[in-house]
Amino acid sequence: MADELLPRHEEFGLAKSDQDKAPITNQESASFPKQLLGFWVTFKTMFKKVNTVQYPEEKEPTAERFHGRHQLNRHPDGLEKCIGCELCAWACPADAIYVEGADNKEGEQYSPGERYGKVYQINYLRCIFCGLCIEACPTRALTMTNEYELADNTRAKLIFEKDDLLGPLRAGMVPPPHPMYPNTDDGNYYRGEVTGSHPSQGVAKSD
Amino acid sequence: MSNAELIGQDPGWIIALKGLIVFAACVFLTIMSVWGERRIVARMQQRSGPNRVGKFGLLQALVDGVKLALKEDLIPKAADRIVFVLAPIISTTACFMAFAVIPMTGPVNFFGQQTAMQLTDLSVGVLYVLAIASVGVYGIVLAGWSSGSTYPLLGGLRSSAQVISYEVAMGLSLVAVFIYAGSMSTSEIVAAQDQWWYAVVLFPSFIIYMISMVGETNRAPFDLAEAEGELVGGFHTEYSSLKFALFFLSEYVNMIAVSALATTLFLGGYRALPGLGFTEQWLGGWFTLFWFLIKVLAFFFVFVWLRGTLPRLRYDQFMKFGWKVLIPFSLAWIMVVATLRVLSQQNAPRLVIFAFVFAVALIYLAVTSLVDRKQNQIKKAANLIDGNEPEFPIPAIPTSRVEQLNG
Repeated sequence: MADELLPRHEEFGLAKSDQDKAPITNQESASFPKQLLGFWVTFKTMFKKVNTVQYPEEKEPTAERFHGRHQLNRHPDGLEKCIGCELCAWACPADAIYVEGADNKEGEQYSPGERYGKVYQINYLRCIFCGLCIEACPTRALTMTNEYELADNTRAKLIFEKDDLLGPLRAGMVPPPHPMYPNTDDGNYYRGEVTGSHPSQGVAKSD
Repeated sequence: MSNAELIGQDPGWIIALKGLIVFAACVFLTIMSVWGERRIVARMQQRSGPNRVGKFGLLQALVDGVKLALKEDLIPKAADRIVFVLAPIISTTACFMAFAVIPMTGPVNFFGQQTAMQLTDLSVGVLYVLAIASVGVYGIVLAGWSSGSTYPLLGGLRSSAQVISYEVAMGLSLVAVFIYAGSMSTSEIVAAQDQWWYAVVLFPSFIIYMISMVGETNRAPFDLAEAEGELVGGFHTEYSSLKFALFFLSEYVNMIAVSALATTLFLGGYRALPGLGFTEQWLGGWFTLFWFLIKVLAFFFVFVWLRGTLPRLRYDQFMKFGWKVLIPFSLAWIMVVATLRVLSQQNAPRLVIFAFVFAVALIYLAVTSLVDRKQNQIKKAANLIDGNEPEFPIPAIPTSRVEQLNG
C-alpha cells in the first residue's frame, strides 16, 4: 500500500533509494491520465456490494466483549450476588452509580452473607461504559451485557433501577428473599460450591 | 416541414398545454433526479442511499419537499426583504424558461394536431438560453447580497464571478456549433446533425461545453458558490423553507436544462442513436422523446459522476482554469474551425486543407512544448526536479514505525 507508513533506513531525510518507498513526501501531482483513473474507481465501486447494514431490520452481533448495558447477576439458587459494598459506585469516574446497602434478615436473605444492595441505580445519561465498575466488583455481581439499544425519550427512563438491571430468574432458582442453602455460609457461595436451590429455600422456578 | 413551421401553426390551447407539460415534466424530473443523484453517489461510495420511503426510496425527494414546505420561513432582520423574497423566484423562473426552446421530440400527433414538443422556436434560440441562464445568476447574486450576512455575500460574489467567466467559455464553445450549423435555432441545429453529431465533429467544443456547463450550474467540483465546507451554504445560508426549496429546485432544473441544451447542440437532440434511425417513427414519433430523455439522463449521470469523483477546486485554480485555459483554447479552436469551414465552403483543394490542419497541429505542439519547458525551468529553479531536498526546512522523517507510533 502506497500510503502506509513504511519502515525506513537509518538515514534521516530523503535517501534516494528510498524515494519510491516514501510517498508521503512526494508532493508531485499525478499525470493527467492517472488522475482520470479516479473516474474508473467511482464507476467500479457502483457495482460493488453495498457496505450498509440495514440496521433496525438486520442486526450485526457486537464484538464479544462489547460494553453494553449492565447486569446484576444471581447465584444458582436465585440469591443476588451484589452485597451492597458500593465499590462500583466509588470506582465510577462518571458518578453514574448509586448504591444503598442494607442488612439481610436471617431466613429472608436477598444475598448470601450480611449485606445486600437495597437500592441500585445506574444513570445511563452519565455512564461512559468504561467498565471500571465491573473491575471493581468483588463478587462478580456486576457485569456488562452486549445490549446497546439504550435510547429513550425521558431522562427518568434512563436511570435504571435494580429491577431493570437484575438478571432473570432461571430454572431452578428461587426468587429472593429466602434462606441460604442449608449448612453453607457466604464463603461456599463465593467459591461456587452452591450449584442449585434446596427444597427448604422455597419453590424453585420450573422450566 | 421543419419544427419552426410546425410550431407556428399551434393554436393557443396547445401552447398553454405544452407549457404546462414542460413545467410539470421539469418538476417531476427534478424530484426523480434528486433521488437518482443520492442513490448513484451513494453507490459510488458503497452506501445504499435513501431506501426507506417508498420502494427503493423513490418518494424520498417528495417527502423532503413536504418537510421543507412545513418548516418555518425565516427572513433575517438584516435582510432586504423584497430582494430576499424575489431572489429565489428569479432563479427558479429563469431556469424553467430555458426549456422553452428545447426541442424534445420530432413531429408528433398531439391531440389531433401535428406539432413538435417544443414550446417556441426562436431563430436565436441558443442565445436566448445563454441570456436566460445569466438572468438566473441574478437570483443567486441577489440572494447573497440581500441576506445581509457575510457568507452568503461571499457565495453570491463567487457565483457571479464564476458564471461570468465560464459563460464566456461556454459561449465560445457554442460559436463552433453555430458556424457548422449555420443557425442559432435549436431545431435547425438538431436537423443539421442528421449525419454526424457535433460531439464528434467538434469534439473540443463539446469538451469545453461539458466543463463550462458544470461551472455554470454551480455543481461539484465547481460548487464554490455553496462550498458548504468554506461558506456554510454560500448564497442560500440564510434561506429556509420553501424559498430554500426554490433554490434547490432551480439548481436541479438548471442541471437538466444545460444537459438538454448539450443534448440538442452536440448529441443530435431527439434524434435516435446512429443506426437506430427507424425507431424515430415508433409511437407516431413519440419515441424520439425517449431518445431525448436518455441523452439528457446520460449527461445527468456525468454530473453525478463528477460529484462523486472530484474534490472541490480552490477558487484561484478555478478562475485560472477558466480564463487561462478554457477561453484561450476555445478562441484558438474557433479560429481553426472558422478557417476550415471557409476553406471547405470555397471548395479549396484537399491538399490546402491538410496543410492547414498540419500547420495547426505543429503550432499546437510547439506551444505545448514551450509551456512544458517553461514549467521545467520553474521546477529547476525551485531545485525540485533532480531529487534534491527542497531548500525550505522540512521536519525530520522518523526512521522506524515504532518511532512514528511513539511520535
